[in-house]
Amino acid sequence: MEKLTISNNVRKLRFQHNEMTQQQLAEQAGVTRQTIVAIEQGKYTPSLELAFRLAVIFNVPLEEVFFLNKPPP
Amino acid sequence: MSYQERRALVAIFGTILISGGYAAYMLPRQPNGDAYSPEVFRFWGTYFLILIVVSIIVRIVISIAFSIINVIATREKEPGLTDERDHLIELRSNRYGLYIFALGFVAAMAALAMGNPPSTMFLLMLLGGIGSELVSDISEFIFYRRGF
Repeated sequence: MEKLTISNNVRKLRFQHNEMTQQQLAEQAGVTRQTIVAIEQGKYTPSLELAFRLAVIFNVPLEEVFFLNKPPP
Repeated sequence: MSYQERRALVAIFGTILISGGYAAYMLPRQPNGDAYSPEVFRFWGTYFLILIVVSIIVRIVISIAFSIINVIATREKEPGLTDERDHLIELRSNRYGLYIFALGFVAAMAALAMGNPPSTMFLLMLLGGIGSELVSDISEFIFYRRGF
Protein backbone atom coordinates (compact mmCIF):
# COMPACT_ATOMS: atom_id res chain seq x y z
CA MET A 1 0.00 0.00 0.00
CA GLU A 2 1.28 3.43 -0.92
CA LYS A 3 2.30 5.55 2.06
CA LEU A 4 0.22 8.69 2.47
CA THR A 5 2.18 11.90 2.96
CA ILE A 6 0.52 14.43 5.20
CA SER A 7 1.39 18.12 5.09
CA ASN A 8 0.13 20.95 7.23
CA ASN A 9 -0.57 24.67 7.38
CA VAL A 10 0.49 25.14 10.99
CA ARG A 11 3.12 27.74 10.18
CA LYS A 12 0.72 29.73 7.98
CA LEU A 13 -2.07 29.51 10.56
CA ARG A 14 0.25 30.72 13.32
CA PHE A 15 1.02 33.85 11.34
CA GLN A 16 -2.65 34.38 10.60
CA HIS A 17 -3.31 34.27 14.34
CA ASN A 18 -1.45 37.41 15.41
CA GLU A 19 1.91 35.87 14.52
CA MET A 20 1.59 33.39 17.32
CA THR A 21 4.98 32.00 18.34
CA GLN A 22 5.80 28.30 18.34
CA GLN A 23 6.16 28.48 22.12
CA GLN A 24 2.69 30.03 22.54
CA LEU A 25 1.13 27.37 20.32
CA ALA A 26 3.01 24.62 22.16
CA GLU A 27 1.76 25.89 25.53
CA GLN A 28 -1.83 26.04 24.31
CA ALA A 29 -1.61 22.56 22.79
CA GLY A 30 0.16 21.08 25.80
CA VAL A 31 3.28 19.93 23.94
CA THR A 32 6.90 21.03 23.73
CA ARG A 33 8.07 23.68 21.27
CA GLN A 34 10.25 21.01 19.63
CA THR A 35 7.13 19.04 18.74
CA ILE A 36 5.59 22.08 17.03
CA VAL A 37 8.89 22.59 15.16
CA ALA A 38 8.87 18.92 14.08
CA ILE A 39 5.24 19.15 12.91
CA GLU A 40 5.92 22.32 10.89
CA GLN A 41 8.96 20.75 9.27
CA GLY A 42 6.94 17.64 8.39
CA LYS A 43 9.18 15.48 10.57
CA TYR A 44 6.36 14.36 12.84
CA THR A 45 2.73 13.49 12.19
CA PRO A 46 0.82 14.12 15.41
CA SER A 47 -1.83 11.93 16.97
CA LEU A 48 -5.45 12.51 16.02
CA GLU A 49 -6.04 14.12 19.41
CA LEU A 50 -3.23 16.64 19.01
CA ALA A 51 -4.28 17.33 15.41
CA PHE A 52 -7.81 18.16 16.59
CA ARG A 53 -6.43 20.25 19.45
CA LEU A 54 -4.45 22.35 16.94
CA ALA A 55 -7.56 22.75 14.79
CA VAL A 56 -9.54 23.91 17.85
CA ILE A 57 -6.79 26.41 18.79
CA PHE A 58 -6.85 27.88 15.26
CA ASN A 59 -10.65 27.60 15.18
CA VAL A 60 -10.65 25.95 11.77
CA PRO A 61 -11.70 22.49 10.48
CA LEU A 62 -9.08 19.77 10.79
CA GLU A 63 -8.55 19.55 7.03
CA GLU A 64 -7.45 23.19 6.97
CA VAL A 65 -4.62 22.32 9.33
CA PHE A 66 -3.61 18.92 7.93
CA PHE A 67 -4.05 17.69 4.38
CA LEU A 68 -2.92 14.89 2.08
CA ASN A 69 -0.26 15.85 -0.44
CA LYS A 70 -1.78 13.54 -3.01
CA PRO A 71 -5.33 12.30 -2.52
CA PRO A 72 -5.67 8.49 -2.61
CA PRO A 73 -6.94 7.06 -5.95
CA MET B 1 20.60 21.27 18.42
CA SER B 2 17.56 20.87 20.64
CA TYR B 3 17.52 20.21 24.38
CA GLN B 4 16.48 16.59 23.80
CA GLU B 5 19.32 16.00 21.33
CA ARG B 6 21.87 17.41 23.76
CA ARG B 7 20.39 15.30 26.57
CA ALA B 8 20.68 12.14 24.43
CA LEU B 9 24.31 12.96 23.61
CA VAL B 10 25.08 13.44 27.29
CA ALA B 11 23.42 10.08 28.03
CA ILE B 12 25.63 8.39 25.41
CA PHE B 13 28.69 10.03 26.94
CA GLY B 14 27.51 8.97 30.44
CA THR B 15 27.05 5.34 29.39
CA ILE B 16 30.54 5.20 27.84
CA LEU B 17 32.06 6.91 30.88
CA ILE B 18 30.35 4.67 33.46
CA SER B 19 30.69 1.36 31.63
CA GLY B 20 34.22 1.99 30.36
CA GLY B 21 35.55 3.44 33.61
CA TYR B 22 34.02 0.75 35.77
CA ALA B 23 35.17 -2.07 33.47
CA ALA B 24 38.70 -0.64 33.36
CA TYR B 25 38.72 -0.60 37.16
CA MET B 26 37.06 -3.97 37.85
CA LEU B 27 37.98 -6.37 35.03
CA PRO B 28 41.70 -6.57 35.93
CA ARG B 29 40.55 -7.69 39.40
CA GLN B 30 38.91 -10.87 38.08
CA PRO B 31 39.84 -13.93 40.15
CA ASN B 32 42.49 -16.15 38.55
CA GLY B 33 42.59 -19.91 38.67
CA ASP B 34 39.61 -22.26 38.37
CA ALA B 35 37.10 -20.80 35.88
CA TYR B 36 34.22 -22.55 37.69
CA SER B 37 35.12 -21.62 41.27
CA PRO B 38 32.52 -19.84 43.48
CA GLU B 39 34.88 -16.82 43.49
CA VAL B 40 34.11 -16.21 39.81
CA PHE B 41 30.36 -16.09 40.49
CA ARG B 42 30.89 -13.88 43.55
CA PHE B 43 33.00 -11.49 41.46
CA TRP B 44 30.39 -11.17 38.73
CA GLY B 45 27.51 -10.87 41.19
CA THR B 46 29.35 -8.04 42.96
CA TYR B 47 30.29 -6.51 39.60
CA PHE B 48 26.68 -6.20 38.44
CA LEU B 49 25.30 -5.04 41.79
CA ILE B 50 27.91 -2.29 42.23
CA LEU B 51 27.53 -1.28 38.57
CA ILE B 52 23.80 -0.71 39.09
CA VAL B 53 24.38 1.51 42.14
CA VAL B 54 27.31 3.41 40.56
CA SER B 55 25.34 3.84 37.34
CA ILE B 56 22.32 5.35 39.13
CA ILE B 57 24.44 7.77 41.20
CA VAL B 58 26.64 8.91 38.28
CA ARG B 59 23.61 9.36 36.01
CA ILE B 60 21.90 11.57 38.59
CA VAL B 61 25.08 13.67 38.96
CA ILE B 62 25.50 13.94 35.17
CA SER B 63 21.83 14.86 34.76
CA ILE B 64 22.04 17.65 37.35
CA ALA B 65 25.33 18.94 35.89
CA PHE B 66 23.84 18.88 32.38
CA SER B 67 20.75 20.84 33.46
CA ILE B 68 22.90 23.54 35.10
CA ILE B 69 25.44 23.79 32.27
CA ASN B 70 22.69 23.75 29.64
CA VAL B 71 20.85 26.68 31.25
CA ILE B 72 24.09 28.68 31.63
CA ALA B 73 25.32 27.95 28.10
CA THR B 74 22.10 28.28 26.10
CA ARG B 75 19.76 30.34 28.35
CA GLU B 76 17.16 27.80 27.26
CA LYS B 77 14.79 26.47 29.90
CA GLU B 78 14.38 22.74 30.32
CA PRO B 79 11.03 21.65 28.78
CA GLY B 80 8.69 21.26 31.71
CA LEU B 81 6.76 18.37 30.17
CA THR B 82 7.13 15.28 28.05
CA ASP B 83 4.57 15.02 25.29
CA GLU B 84 3.30 12.30 22.94
CA ARG B 85 6.30 12.63 20.61
CA ASP B 86 8.73 12.22 23.52
CA HIS B 87 6.86 9.11 24.65
CA LEU B 88 6.87 7.61 21.15
CA ILE B 89 10.59 8.26 20.72
CA GLU B 90 11.31 6.79 24.15
CA LEU B 91 9.23 3.67 23.38
CA ARG B 92 10.89 3.08 20.04
CA SER B 93 14.40 3.71 21.41
CA ASN B 94 13.77 1.32 24.31
CA ARG B 95 12.53 -1.30 21.86
CA TYR B 96 15.79 -1.15 19.87
CA GLY B 97 17.72 -1.29 23.14
CA LEU B 98 15.80 -4.39 24.22
CA TYR B 99 16.62 -6.12 20.91
CA ILE B 100 20.32 -5.68 21.67
CA PHE B 101 19.87 -6.87 25.26
CA ALA B 102 18.04 -9.97 24.00
CA LEU B 103 20.85 -10.55 21.49
CA GLY B 104 23.41 -10.33 24.31
CA PHE B 105 21.38 -12.77 26.42
CA VAL B 106 21.11 -15.29 23.57
CA ALA B 107 24.84 -14.92 22.83
CA ALA B 108 25.60 -15.50 26.53
CA MET B 109 23.47 -18.66 26.62
CA ALA B 110 25.04 -19.86 23.36
CA ALA B 111 28.49 -19.34 24.87
CA LEU B 112 27.50 -21.52 27.85
CA ALA B 113 25.98 -24.16 25.58
CA MET B 114 29.22 -24.33 23.60
CA GLY B 115 31.18 -25.05 26.76
CA ASN B 116 32.68 -21.63 27.43
CA PRO B 117 33.43 -20.68 31.05
CA PRO B 118 30.83 -18.69 33.08
CA SER B 119 32.94 -15.53 32.92
CA THR B 120 32.39 -15.47 29.13
CA MET B 121 28.65 -15.69 29.69
CA PHE B 122 28.73 -12.83 32.21
CA LEU B 123 30.94 -10.76 29.92
CA LEU B 124 28.53 -11.24 27.00
CA MET B 125 25.58 -10.29 29.20
CA LEU B 126 27.47 -7.20 30.32
CA LEU B 127 28.24 -6.28 26.70
CA GLY B 128 24.58 -6.83 25.85
CA GLY B 129 23.56 -4.48 28.65
CA ILE B 130 26.03 -1.75 27.64
CA GLY B 131 25.15 -2.18 23.96
CA SER B 132 21.47 -1.95 24.84
CA GLU B 133 21.98 1.36 26.69
CA LEU B 134 24.08 2.78 23.86
CA VAL B 135 21.67 1.73 21.10
CA SER B 136 18.74 3.13 23.08
CA ASP B 137 20.48 6.52 23.58
CA ILE B 138 21.79 6.68 20.01
CA SER B 139 18.33 5.82 18.62
CA GLU B 140 16.81 8.57 20.75
CA PHE B 141 19.35 11.07 19.39
CA ILE B 142 18.69 10.00 15.80
CA PHE B 143 14.89 10.17 16.21
CA TYR B 144 15.07 13.68 17.63
CA ARG B 145 17.61 14.74 14.99
CA ARG B 146 16.03 13.15 11.92
CA GLY B 147 12.40 13.47 12.98
CA PHE B 148 9.81 10.95 13.92
